[in-house]
Amino acid sequence: MEKFVTHTGLVAPLDRANVDTDQIIPKQFLKSIKRTGFGPNLFDEWRYLDEGQPGQDNSQRPLNTEFVLNQPRYEGASVLLTRRNFGCGSSREHAPWALQDYGFRTILAPSFADIFFNNCFKNGMLPIVLPEEEIETLFQQVEAQQGYQLTIDLNEQVVARPDGVKIPFEVDAFRKHCLLNGLDDIGLTLQDADAIRAYESKRQQSEPWVFVQ
Amino acid sequence: MRAPMVAKTLYDKLWDAHLVTERDDGSALIYIDRQIIHEVTSPQAFEGLRLAGRTPWRVGANFATLDHNVPTTPFRSAADIEDETSRIQVQTLQDNTRAFGIREFGIGDVRQGIVHVMAPEQGAVLPGMTVVCGDSHTSTNGALGCLAHGIGTSEVEHVLATQCLVAKKMKNMQIRVEGELGPGVTAKDVVLHIIGVIGTAGGTGYAIEFAGSAIRSLSIEGRMTVCNMSIEAGARAGMVAVDEKTIDYCKGRPFAPTGAQWEAAVEYWRTLVSDDGAHFDAVVEIDAADIQPQVSWGTSPEMVLPVDATLPDPAREDDAVKRAGMERAYEYMGLTPGMKISDIKVDRVFIGSCTNSRIEDLRAAAEIARGKRKADSVKQVLVVPGSGLVKQQAEEEGLDKIFIEAGFEWREPGCSMCLAMNPDRLQPGEHCASTSNRNFEGRQGNGGRTHLVSPAMAAAAAVAGHFVDIRQL
Repeated sequence: MEKFVTHTGLVAPLDRANVDTDQIIPKQFLKSIKRTGFGPNLFDEWRYLDEGQPGQDNSQRPLNTEFVLNQPRYEGASVLLTRRNFGCGSSREHAPWALQDYGFRTILAPSFADIFFNNCFKNGMLPIVLPEEEIETLFQQVEAQQGYQLTIDLNEQVVARPDGVKIPFEVDAFRKHCLLNGLDDIGLTLQDADAIRAYESKRQQSEPWVFVQ
Repeated sequence: MRAPMVAKTLYDKLWDAHLVTERDDGSALIYIDRQIIHEVTSPQAFEGLRLAGRTPWRVGANFATLDHNVPTTPFRSAADIEDETSRIQVQTLQDNTRAFGIREFGIGDVRQGIVHVMAPEQGAVLPGMTVVCGDSHTSTNGALGCLAHGIGTSEVEHVLATQCLVAKKMKNMQIRVEGELGPGVTAKDVVLHIIGVIGTAGGTGYAIEFAGSAIRSLSIEGRMTVCNMSIEAGARAGMVAVDEKTIDYCKGRPFAPTGAQWEAAVEYWRTLVSDDGAHFDAVVEIDAADIQPQVSWGTSPEMVLPVDATLPDPAREDDAVKRAGMERAYEYMGLTPGMKISDIKVDRVFIGSCTNSRIEDLRAAAEIARGKRKADSVKQVLVVPGSGLVKQQAEEEGLDKIFIEAGFEWREPGCSMCLAMNPDRLQPGEHCASTSNRNFEGRQGNGGRTHLVSPAMAAAAAVAGHFVDIRQL
């Protein structure tokens, strides 16, 4: 997994609440059996005027020029600023895969849906929860200033604004450790293989019906 | 002297019973009893396993079936699936389950069906278990008094490789629905009403226990409908305490224990209730008498109203973010504030999905459709049973004939038009009365407009051509 230590990048504002994972990556693209290549179809129904299909040449499709990511000033954005309950709905990990494949490394919102939030950490992405007022200020600043960038320092747990203000954020200690070191948690869990086996043999005694062949 | 017992919630008990180890940083390893696998969220997990040279920790813990991509018109093998990408995904699941020796209820197997219909039906999921699946509606299984929730594909791989999940304990929420449900008010209306009250993020960070006399009065299938939509209220897991109905439901299922093991299981399962005085971080109380047949009008499941209501005015919403969401929803849905719900015309009807495709749902829809015809203005009414076994049962009861005589289409099991990954979908601008769980933009087909309702309300809309109050039929 890719490490996340510090990141500085252009901010794109997606001014909508309750953005669901069907919107982030529509179902027709879930038929892929790969983890990569979802970026061109990120927010497909909002980005393009036609209905997208897997395997299409997306460069030939008509763009919705009103959609924020199609505005030239946000080209190359790697920090997504958005509203409450981002990533609700389906558990599809294709949603963080699509955001990452597009180029986003971090997402700032007042709240996230649980499964999406969890899925981000498995892919070297950092979702950051900030108070609603801080998010509102960021929306105003992004709007006002072309080329607006933020710096996220995971070690220090701060988001640094261009005006020098540093906004602190919370992050779970285990997830932080994994992100900072780019650790794959299967390997970490298998270090506890003995504990798992001991637990299993205890349950096999008390609830043998769980252990069907 | 015995130490005083700490009163625990059902969720506390399930969590404690599956705790393998706790780490200093507050995270924990939780043992997973069952993983249900389908074709869409598993290919990358198997690929990851293969690339790392790993094998499944406990093969027997896994149950696989096909649901999201399969056509609902008859077909005999993967090769018959026209859509190439769907076909590859179906074949990939077959290849993976064979390669790793995982049990799969595949094409042509009468047990094939929607993951959350198949698993309890088989007794693959039982009270007291931890259950995961790469699908957010895994919460359905919580109706049996187990801890069940959706996970992402990286976690599917993690569970395959380790039989565990790295987790942090959720908070406890109790939603208590007390009183008697009125006529025509179903489990679907209960859960839609709850979402309308607490909002789509109301349960974020919580495991919800649904309790109270109205929940206890529901059948196990009804409780599954309620638990199914926990995720639409923001909660990964929903559950209902074990009672006699739970035990009766499990008895005799193919993968349920028998003999002395059954007796031992039942003795344990009866303890799977929240203790008196157990602490809940949040409690929501709902009066069953306040719940009416529901219809969603917007693009989020919290945008839901009683069938006799008129659509709300965004100008009267104080919260700017919510107001913007409502305005967008009106634009997308092609509706206007002040309109009566019963004036919304319906182009297609979908009866199915992991929310409402079990036998009781089909019986409720058939009851309304019996001896009637779909309105001419309704282009299509799809009835999609949740599994091959549900289909078989419905045909034994003659429900298929009632639907066909009413001009409805009787299909093969699968997820179908709930998410339109197969050929069943809406055309842009069409309104659909749907028994599924999500009314997001484009969910049932690009530009499609979904209204979430109960099976009886869907059948009634099919007959009338617009939403009607089934209490007045």
